[in-house]
Amino acid sequence: METLALLADGFATSLSWFNIFIVVIGVTAGLFIGAMPGLGSVNGVAIVLPLTFIVPPSSAIILLAAIYYGAMYGGAVSSILLGIPGASTAVATTFDGRPMAQQGKAGLALIAAATASFIGGTIAVILFTLFAAPLADLALKFGPAEEFALVLLAFTTFVGLGGDDVLKTIVMIALGLALSTVGLDLISGQPRLIFGDMPGFYSGISFLVLAIGVYGIGEVLHTIETSKSNPSVTPARLSFRELGASLKLINKMWKSMSLGSFLGFFVGMLPAAGATPAALMAYGMARSTSKDPDSFGKGNMEGVVAPETANNAASTGSLLPMLTLGIPGSPTTALLLGGMVMWGLVPGPMLFIEQPDFVWGLISSLYTANVAAVLINLALIPLFVYALRMPFTVLCSVVLVLCIVGGFAPSQKMHDVYLIAGFGVAGYLLRKADYPLAPLVLALVLGPLMEKSFRQTLIGEQGNILAFVERPLSATFIGLALVFFLLPLFKYLRTSRRRGMTPAE
Amino acid sequence: MLTADRTIAASIMALSIYFMWHATVLPIGWVEGEGPGGGAFPFWLSAIMLLAAGGIFIRSFQADHQMTSEDGRFFDRTTITSVASVAGALIACIVAMPYLGAYIALPLFMFWYLKMFGGHGWVLTLSLCLTTPVFLFFFFEVTLKILLPKGWTEPWFFPLYAAFF
Repeated sequence: METLALLADGFATSLSWFNIFIVVIGVTAGLFIGAMPGLGSVNGVAIVLPLTFIVPPSSAIILLAAIYYGAMYGGAVSSILLGIPGASTAVATTFDGRPMAQQGKAGLALIAAATASFIGGTIAVILFTLFAAPLADLALKFGPAEEFALVLLAFTTFVGLGGDDVLKTIVMIALGLALSTVGLDLISGQPRLIFGDMPGFYSGISFLVLAIGVYGIGEVLHTIETSKSNPSVTPARLSFRELGASLKLINKMWKSMSLGSFLGFFVGMLPAAGATPAALMAYGMARSTSKDPDSFGKGNMEGVVAPETANNAASTGSLLPMLTLGIPGSPTTALLLGGMVMWGLVPGPMLFIEQPDFVWGLISSLYTANVAAVLINLALIPLFVYALRMPFTVLCSVVLVLCIVGGFAPSQKMHDVYLIAGFGVAGYLLRKADYPLAPLVLALVLGPLMEKSFRQTLIGEQGNILAFVERPLSATFIGLALVFFLLPLFKYLRTSRRRGMTPAE
Repeated sequence: MLTADRTIAASIMALSIYFMWHATVLPIGWVEGEGPGGGAFPFWLSAIMLLAAGGIFIRSFQADHQMTSEDGRFFDRTTITSVASVAGALIACIVAMPYLGAYIALPLFMFWYLKMFGGHGWVLTLSLCLTTPVFLFFFFEVTLKILLPKGWTEPWFFPLYAAFF
């Protein structure tokens, strides 16, 4: 009941004219960013974040959350119309969305994707509302030892569940954490890693600099490489008759949609997993539980609906640990977290006590963002078809200029702009060589918390390292972290044993 | 692909050693009753990075890994030219910014990108090159009060400052 009262207060914040306006702007921008092949929510948020100083923090986070949401909807548009996923989260949508478009059912597929996104988003927001307060209450019992253990757990999920090369994942986590230590030592205040006394490094490396470099400039360089040919856009016509027909069809897919929503929400909460695997898993599940699995991949609408509910639910799910624990569930939420820190807010359980207006305003804005996104999405489909024909070079030049100026604006130092260029080129090369970038960004954001909680615990316990396993909660987290960390080793041993047995047979 | 994989792994190893060297300015060991010293986190994390990158480097010489990595080249000629020219132009623009100012360097970059690299028409190129600085000025300088670097062009802006501030 208390939750409902708080949510009602939240709506009082988010339903102000200004915040509704912000949601509409954010969702529309997000839809376009998401619909552009190559650009997803993380790129959109990274590029727009420096521009948010113009509004108060509560509206800024609503704007970014709306972009995040809009991008999740928009990703499906280019998956269906171009056959190129708008973002990695919409990869699974191409499997059946593209065939549907080729059969002349592009309108139907787009309506299905929008409706499914709405349902996935809404179910996830309801789950979010239910879980947020209890989880924040639990997190209030956390001391520095638990905080450290939880961050460690977040990183080990990348090693155990990330699906990327284990060694490369470890390199990226260590690199991100090492970069986060640049600047002044948290405890003694002495400068470290300032590389021959370069003054620009005294204030550390901002997460924003890394994010704009990697997700702005690096992404554009990557896109220049991949978009050599001009893809053809499938035209889509929408009418109320089609809307009615598709809603009738969607009504038969509740099983896939509710499965996708729950799966997406919980998978989205895990730092290493997030929306992309959630969408792929939901697709796989819809296919394996279907009566007609052979029709998947050939234009089955259920193959559009399942991943779209899951990726939207996951994007909401990943906000939950960010807001309640201060541990982001995805690179995009890591940027949101960094943004909040920049605006002077500390994400985590105390936020629920100190800034209830902010927290519940944000949560309630997710409801409004969802409604706005589905309506704007359906209304703007003709415009998307037009926008997708825009030459990529035009978009790239604007994005690159925004990256430079946006990188300069927060600190007003050219030092940061030089770093952005460096990170951009390095990020492009690393990505090309299959190094995962999400753990790098997450590590830079979480690094200070990890080091601070580790050293605070030890100072509090007079250097007793066993303090981390003497407290039940932190011991549990560390145990889980160990399991995730050793998971690839178990897998390796199992496959090599199997390989060793085959010749003997 | 294999050469690129090795080069990147080797560069990361070199970077780790560089980081470790710089981290030793502060104590990297265990301070009694306090836990790790100020340099310990960067030092040992870089050491982990060195080991993991070393693992990638050594692995690339193993036979079964070579089989899977051999297919596909890291760069082909057209890719490297287009990506390198954009990266080069971008870096040139950034380096020129403190001297020429953002309002000259950025439109110049856009002009190069749209006209010479993208091959777009004059109308599109000029309209984007001319409207972008105007937007930047009103958004950053007038609304946010963030002054972009102007370099030699600073005196040109005095009348504008007088009008808007």
